[in-house]
Amino acid sequence: MIINIARKELKSLFASPMGWIILALLMFGFGFLYLDGVNKYFEVMSGSIRPAERKGITIFVGQNVYGAANFLMTVAIPILTMRLISEERRSQTLPFLFSAPISLTEIVVGKFIGLVTFLSILVIYIFVMLSTMNIWADIDFGYLIGNSFGLILLVGSFCALGIYFSSLTSQPIIAAISTFIALFAMVIFGNLTASDPNHWFGHFSMAKHFQSFTRGVIDTSDVAYFILFIITFLTFTIRRLDSDRLTG
Amino acid sequence: MINSTLHARELSRNFGNNIAVNDVSFSLQKGEVLGFLGPNGAGKSTTMRMLTGNLAPSNGSVKICGHDMVDNPKKAKEMIGYLPEMRPLYKELTVDEFLTIAARFHKVQSSKIMRSVENAKDKCGLSHMSKRLIENLSNGYQQRVGIAQAIIHNPEIVILDEPTVGLDPIQIREIRNLIKEIGKKHSVILSTHILPEVEMVCDRVQIINEGNLVFNGSIEDLKKQRRGNKLLVGFTKAPTKKELLAIDGVSQADKIDKTMFRIHFKEKYLPAEEIVITSTKKKWGLFHIAPDITSLEDIFVQLTQKEKV
Repeated sequence: MIINIARKELKSLFASPMGWIILALLMFGFGFLYLDGVNKYFEVMSGSIRPAERKGITIFVGQNVYGAANFLMTVAIPILTMRLISEERRSQTLPFLFSAPISLTEIVVGKFIGLVTFLSILVIYIFVMLSTMNIWADIDFGYLIGNSFGLILLVGSFCALGIYFSSLTSQPIIAAISTFIALFAMVIFGNLTASDPNHWFGHFSMAKHFQSFTRGVIDTSDVAYFILFIITFLTFTIRRLDSDRLTG
Repeated sequence: MINSTLHARELSRNFGNNIAVNDVSFSLQKGEVLGFLGPNGAGKSTTMRMLTGNLAPSNGSVKICGHDMVDNPKKAKEMIGYLPEMRPLYKELTVDEFLTIAARFHKVQSSKIMRSVENAKDKCGLSHMSKRLIENLSNGYQQRVGIAQAIIHNPEIVILDEPTVGLDPIQIREIRNLIKEIGKKHSVILSTHILPEVEMVCDRVQIINEGNLVFNGSIEDLKKQRRGNKLLVGFTKAPTKKELLAIDGVSQADKIDKTMFRIHFKEKYLPAEEIVITSTKKKWGLFHIAPDITSLEDIFVQLTQKEKV
């Protein structure tokens, strides 16, 4: 049943121009970053850099592309998540889901998976784009796979937060703006305590946890952070919908 | 009780201090069309939302074919098709796409989805609209899509909340026929505030007012209340009240205008013949005699405003 909800969500995304436009713009954005990365690599690395300071092309271009994902997604995901529940609330289609034999958990998780699947198209696209460097160079696929994994976790966390904000209001725009503000805060949290990397407050920063992925490290504490984040906000969303049923 | 498909017991619902539905109990038999009647804000929609599991009751329980809505919501919801007041349509999809999704959500086996979509479209007269976006359909056709999604999984009970609101007279007639058709195989609960609709479509009527059930009986019971002990009589040369009261059985005669009288008679009497005989004898010029039927509206007003009077 979760899959049926996810399929419906995907269908709705592709049935409106919104899904296509966001996907196209994001692809353009990441494509531009990739091109920029390759150009810079030749500028920087062809110069008089000492061999010890030289980086591989994978990590150089990869950091350029994945490092910016934070900010691109902060802008794009609120626009995608805003509709998920608040649009249904506004057009009064929630009773359609509530009166079908589907549990609230299935509805929320299904919507979440639908959107993450949609965005995985983008993650796969980035992976394929960066893999094309393998034609001229010998690239590190492990780094790309690790980063794709990290990016999916990041996108999932953003979506979970977005769905929660979407469930709070019947105005999609308000959902989008509040999601954007919350995500932006999550991303720049780390900068407040940048001087002290071990400060406890910094551990809440999403950017900090994503950074280790862009360095090519998969740390279980980072993975746990993202998964807990997703579960927390999906649970909040389920609770919110359940209170709809209880309080009317 | 074996044939009872829906059983609501002591349903109550408060919104804060405001009691929307108060201690409503009823059951629904298989193949019965139940009309749910009441003025605006009486608690019709709230009751329907509780019956379909969209709203948790403050007190009481709902059982659908033996499955409790709270303890076993999935099984109970499988048996119900629901069309809320605001039809829940994904307008960016086509009719076919939407109905396919509705079938999937209601656990229709994937091999039977195509068939049930065709079936539902057929019943609701939507076959030629399959590829149209729901957004572009007229009001009446959107309503049909709403009904189609409610019957797509062949549920035991179909619950329709004001299905004919905002439609033109031809569409209303078509939707009513459709509801009658559905009522042959499924149990139907229909809420409305249009009275003739109830008379045309329903087998049984429940009238709800300010959250309380004030009438629960067959449509015949309701009709009986309409035929009171009154006659509407017209004379060209009107007699005096006294002369009318002299006729055996007449208890009261009210003059409506120059020629028309409303004549009340005692129980067990039917003085129509007496009136005709007396009138021809005395040459009053009788031109109209008919039972004075209380309109459904009047009964409705009587029932819903009884407590205030």
